Amino acid sequence: MAKSSIKIRAKVKGDEAKVKCLISHPMETGLRKDKKSGKLIPAHFIQEVVCEHGGTTVMNAQWNATISKNPFLSFAFTGAKSGDMIKISWVDNTGKSDSTEAKMK
Amino acid sequence: MNQNRRVLLKGTFAAGATGIAISAGLLTPKTVLAAWPKAAFEAKDTNTALEAAFGSSSATESGDIKLKAPDIAENGAVVPITVTSKIANTEAISIIVAKNGTPLAATFNLGANTKGFVSTRIKMGKTSDVTAVIKAGGKLYSTSKNVKVTIGGCGG
Repeated sequence: MAKSSIKIRAKVKGDEAKVKCLISHPMETGLRKDKKSGKLIPAHFIQEVVCEHGGTTVMNAQWNATISKNPFLSFAFTGAKSGDMIKISWVDNTGKSDSTEAKMK
Repeated sequence: MNQNRRVLLKGTFAAGATGIAISAGLLTPKTVLAAWPKAAFEAKDTNTALEAAFGSSSATESGDIKLKAPDIAENGAVVPITVTSKIANTEAISIIVAKNGTPLAATFNLGANTKGFVSTRIKMGKTSDVTAVIKAGGKLYSTSKNVKVTIGGCGG
């Protein structure tokens, strides 16, 4: 858990669940130059983030390199209970991926 | 084979984020990547991006969408954006930065129970209009806001 690249905070208030998540990722655009060598740093960014709750996809986000480094994401949905598990996963343009599950408060 | 070569060549010439993305995609082919709408994200202007993402570029201005963004962003590398849609059956929310090299920043496809609300942080190269485009019931709605950028955040 501690080593995962995704941090999730999810809170249920009444019928609505609000999810906040932070992903640690460089999100390189491919336009930036390395200051020492003067070479372009290759693009490396998250392309897809999927959030699942109880087997259904709550949200599926497609990202460009425009999203900031160490992306923050927040969204809300209904029909969740406190104690439910929520799963967030991402895939980047190099094919790397990660996923984490968290319990909703 | 021919097709691959064509894509690779295009990628080399584009010599940007997108170009490298294509070659990287070629080296590690994954089924998940196929779902990523490349044409939409690589489009160089807003209309082409919308056309590729939603099949139409005509979005109606709507007061039911709230776009929360700073008036002046000191650091273009981190611009917080919050989009709230009151339109019923909001299916997707897209964030577009008109003057970025590739305007389409993100598309959030929402599930049936998901609220029309999304908050994230984006990079902006220079002062530009930020537009939130919402797809609901097969139609597009939009709202824009100008954000002044003091220091660009796209590198180079």
